Amino acid sequence: MPLTPASRHLRRWACVLPLLVLVAGACSPGHYPQTTLRPLSDFARIGDDIQNNTLYWATGVFVLVEGALLYAIFRFRGRPDDPEPSQVHGNTVIEIIWTVIPALILAAIAVPTVRGIFQTNAIPTGDVLRVDVVGHQWWWEFRYPTLNLTTANELHIPVGQTVSLHLGSADVIHSFWPPRFAGKRDVFPNRETRLWFKAERAGEYPGQCAEFCGIQHARMAFRVRAQSPAEFQTWVAHMQTLGTKPAAAAPARDSVHTASAGATVRSDPQAAPPAGPTDPAYAAGEKLFAAKGCVGCHSLTAVNAPKGLVGPNLANVGARTYIAAGTLKNTDENLAHWIRDPQGIKKGVLMPNLGVTADEARSLVAFLRAHQ
Amino acid sequence: MTDTAHAGHLETATGLDNRKLAIWTFIGSECLFFASLISNYLVHKETWLTGPGPFPHEAWTSPAGKVFEPIIEIPLVTLGTALLLFSSLFVVLALANAQRGNRKGLLLWLGLTLLCGVFFVGMQVYEFTHFVHKGLTLKTNLFGGSFFVLTGFHGTHVTIGVIWLFTLWIEAFRGKIPPAKSLNLEIAALYWHFVDVVWVVIFPVVYLIK
Amino acid sequence: MATTALDQQRAHAAAGHEPTGLWSWITTVDHKRIGILYGATAFTFFLMGGIEALLLRIQLGTPNNTFLSPETYNELFTMHGTTMIFLAIMPLSAAFFNFIIPLQIGARDVAFPRLNAFSYWVFLLGGLFLNASWLFGAAPDTGWFGYANLTSKQYSPGLHVDFWMLGLQTLGVASLAAAVNFFTTVLNMRAPGMKLMRMPIFTWMSFITQVLLLLAFPVITVALILLMFDRFFGTNFYVPTAGGDPLLWQHLFWIFGHPEVYILILPAFGIVSEVLPVFARKPLFGYAAMVFSGIFIAFLAFGVWAHHMFATGMGPIADTYFSLATMLIAIPTGVKIFNWLGTVWGGSIQYKTPMYFALAFVAMFIIGGLSGVMHGSPPADLQQTDTYFVVAHFHYVMFGGSIFGLAAGAYYWWPKMFGRMLDERLGKLHFWLMLIGFNLTFFPMHILGLNGMPRRVYTYPEGLGFEELNLLETISAFLLAASFAVFLYNIIKTWRGPRNAPADPWNAATLEWTIPSPPQEWNFAEIPVVHGRDPLWEAKREHGGPLPEPPKVSGAGIHMPNPSYWPLVTALGLSAMMSGLMLIHHLGPWGIIAGGAILLFGVFNWAFEPAG
Repeated sequence: MPLTPASRHLRRWACVLPLLVLVAGACSPGHYPQTTLRPLSDFARIGDDIQNNTLYWATGVFVLVEGALLYAIFRFRGRPDDPEPSQVHGNTVIEIIWTVIPALILAAIAVPTVRGIFQTNAIPTGDVLRVDVVGHQWWWEFRYPTLNLTTANELHIPVGQTVSLHLGSADVIHSFWPPRFAGKRDVFPNRETRLWFKAERAGEYPGQCAEFCGIQHARMAFRVRAQSPAEFQTWVAHMQTLGTKPAAAAPARDSVHTASAGATVRSDPQAAPPAGPTDPAYAAGEKLFAAKGCVGCHSLTAVNAPKGLVGPNLANVGARTYIAAGTLKNTDENLAHWIRDPQGIKKGVLMPNLGVTADEARSLVAFLRAHQ
Repeated sequence: MTDTAHAGHLETATGLDNRKLAIWTFIGSECLFFASLISNYLVHKETWLTGPGPFPHEAWTSPAGKVFEPIIEIPLVTLGTALLLFSSLFVVLALANAQRGNRKGLLLWLGLTLLCGVFFVGMQVYEFTHFVHKGLTLKTNLFGGSFFVLTGFHGTHVTIGVIWLFTLWIEAFRGKIPPAKSLNLEIAALYWHFVDVVWVVIFPVVYLIK
Repeated sequence: MATTALDQQRAHAAAGHEPTGLWSWITTVDHKRIGILYGATAFTFFLMGGIEALLLRIQLGTPNNTFLSPETYNELFTMHGTTMIFLAIMPLSAAFFNFIIPLQIGARDVAFPRLNAFSYWVFLLGGLFLNASWLFGAAPDTGWFGYANLTSKQYSPGLHVDFWMLGLQTLGVASLAAAVNFFTTVLNMRAPGMKLMRMPIFTWMSFITQVLLLLAFPVITVALILLMFDRFFGTNFYVPTAGGDPLLWQHLFWIFGHPEVYILILPAFGIVSEVLPVFARKPLFGYAAMVFSGIFIAFLAFGVWAHHMFATGMGPIADTYFSLATMLIAIPTGVKIFNWLGTVWGGSIQYKTPMYFALAFVAMFIIGGLSGVMHGSPPADLQQTDTYFVVAHFHYVMFGGSIFGLAAGAYYWWPKMFGRMLDERLGKLHFWLMLIGFNLTFFPMHILGLNGMPRRVYTYPEGLGFEELNLLETISAFLLAASFAVFLYNIIKTWRGPRNAPADPWNAATLEWTIPSPPQEWNFAEIPVVHGRDPLWEAKREHGGPLPEPPKVSGAGIHMPNPSYWPLVTALGLSAMMSGLMLIHHLGPWGIIAGGAILLFGVFNWAFEPAG
């Protein structure tokens, strides 16, 4: 079928269009769960407002100066035999003007900046929830001293209440970064740093380490689970039951789901409920957990959890979205794979390959899955 | 020791000899080097986390009841400091003799400068050995680390100065530093003064201020 | 043998012939040859750093990629940064300092020709030392910034950090020696009549760079010495569990590191400020403002280091000070940009390749400068720092700035250096590929960074939205690499052609264009007398048109420094000492003593050798 020029034109555009859509999509913050451009807390909004203010000024300057440059490039094109242009050496008035104008623009940026510096550095008081954050190579520990709870790699926080983070490191320098809620705060060994924010919306949001901290710096992510106050209380109450012994019966899956309602991402929900302590696989897993030495680095209790352990606390590992600090989704298959070959998945991680067989891994998964 | 590329125009644009300007430039850069080392010392001198260790300035009893005697010997170091300061005067006199063409005077004063320098280095070797015997090493604590690094690098500078001046003394002995070449000594003397001045800062910071 | 070869060279030189052969390059003390050595070596390292970057980009092209292992990725990004900063951009600038400064100030050589050779050899050996780590499977892997306490023996066993720390220490010696030399050269070797405020602006910016080098490098030297004592001799300066403080490293590093940024960019400022007036056929707009803004930038460089550390939580007072000081830098930088605009405004722009690069430099540097202002605000920087937004920012400064500026300089001075014109069409192809490839590679990084992609990650998971733009960046990086293939082809192609460059191919204004291309060993048969800022333009105006081609003359009666191999021997001694230091636990002190003996031997022979 012969094409008219117009339709040929149309076809050409039809090819470009999806590309344009793709590029436009890749430029929209909505495309990025970890974006800094959609703040969800008071703290993040302070920085975002300042950034927007700066960006407007910068864009204005950019358009004017690059525009002037482009104009000059085209307007003052010369030929070799053109007469010599007038030899201007400078102009004091103009030079003073273009020194003063940037100074004024900078003042317009500096005033909100200084205000923002003092706001973000204020120590929150009143009704705050304290959380101690400890960076480890390469995972995150979260301790709630007022609640006597410990967990790892998933920070549960209530919406509408200011959380006051006290940060530290067990080894090298890391940087704690939950982009939707706050900028980075470096964590140091033997030095406490502080950060605070009040979450505005429930949901599950990604965050990650932002200071290079060794071979697996890239695999040191965490999740922030912002929950409504009631859901947060439910979660706390549930965690309080994870004492020295795992609960006699694992809580029904429903309650776990409730606890994380509003989650934006969920791992494939298991069809079958996790094995309970009566399950033979669970019992075998429990033995293996001790026999293989897992217990040397991982605690299974959320209450009164020991400090200074090398590996993440596993009291509620069965309910987490990811394992190995954001490396893999928390499916039975992935968990078994991880238990058998951590060095293959996350080379250099402190967890060694322990020669776990496929059967043993299944038992361990059954045991760990029950820790919800 | 001459390096002349300005053969076409022997006059420099500033009127200052190239090597003299260069040594001043180098000294300016070295100021930052010692400023950083001294800052490092000031940051760490009160840090005792790794203690208990020998306490430098006064007797101290550890919580366990162990008594540590002060180990710094201020009289000895003061003598070393004084001699180093005198050596700056001596090198000025040596230079004046070199410029006048008085070889004997040059050899005498430069020799005295060298003796002072050698005494200072010897004093430091004795002091370091003494500290190590008393249990203060690089590793003992951060005072030890920053003390040895700071005074050690200064001592290295003094040693380089001694070698440099000794070379010039030999040259002078062989009659190879006529007045026209006294600049060779002047450059070394500038370096020597700088090393002295640095010690004038280090001495109170380390030994006198507790 | 050596002495006879040197004698022959002297005889040659006396007869007015350029000495040739490998030995003449090893013993050369001619600033022009040393400049070419710097340029060739640095460009080779630049290509290596570029290949490292391509490997990094391949790895990041797709999520969860396994093209590189995490260790290799970390080694590559560390060596990419270290190479580009210390082995590529700095020595490429040094190539121009060496070749151009003595010519621009009307001198026959630098103040200390043998010290100059020594700087080059130490730089070469330091670069080889750093890269030798690849052969031992122990390339540095803790980032070019080497943050303590990750660099401690506990967290970085093996030789990785040792190679890095001793390699940088060696390169620091080269930089300091060169800085003393060029500081003295610029102040002392100026031709009669060339007052400070008549100096070409490239010489001015280079001079300021030397001051920064002199004041910044001692600080990193001390930081590295403390690290060395921690790793080799058991001190605990940066070990927190023993009372040390890893933040001390950050402060010392950035007191050096921020001036270092200006060390990398000021020479490019200078180059562009030479190229724009020549091709706009107008003098530099606001010469004095350009000089003083450069000085002001250098001064502020030492007062803003902690803006690299806002995320460490320094408290509101420190944050405020460092934030405001940082913003102040935008004012002199803005003055420079406006003056460049003022220079081309109303000109008669001749579109030759150097001008393309110089104009693109201005356009790209504006972007890098504006994103820099955005980091200056701590509450916003807390989000931007350590993300790809910062990677985008400093590539717009280092590549869009320094490399575009250096490329402008390369095309501009190539005829002077080698007597050959580079091909204009290939040059413009190089330019367009580089401009498009550069922007497509680095602009998307702004978007990725603000949308949550952290730096220094060997991979990223699916589902965070990073896939599309990373793939685009990877493809574009190859476009960028292709532009340098065109450049290489241009060099090879024109190298085969005749020496066709006249003394003054661009109708330029400064002294280097008054002498034949390439210049004879002694540069100026007669030392010029300078009466103004643009001496060649003034001469041409007086003459009423282009000057006749300057004749090649015999060098009879011109006294030039003798060639010497002692700088190389001394440099070898220094490198041997560094290697001995690294192997101290295997060789004991003997490696250091042997190296020290060679060093002393070199120094003494150097000192007592007749310089000519």
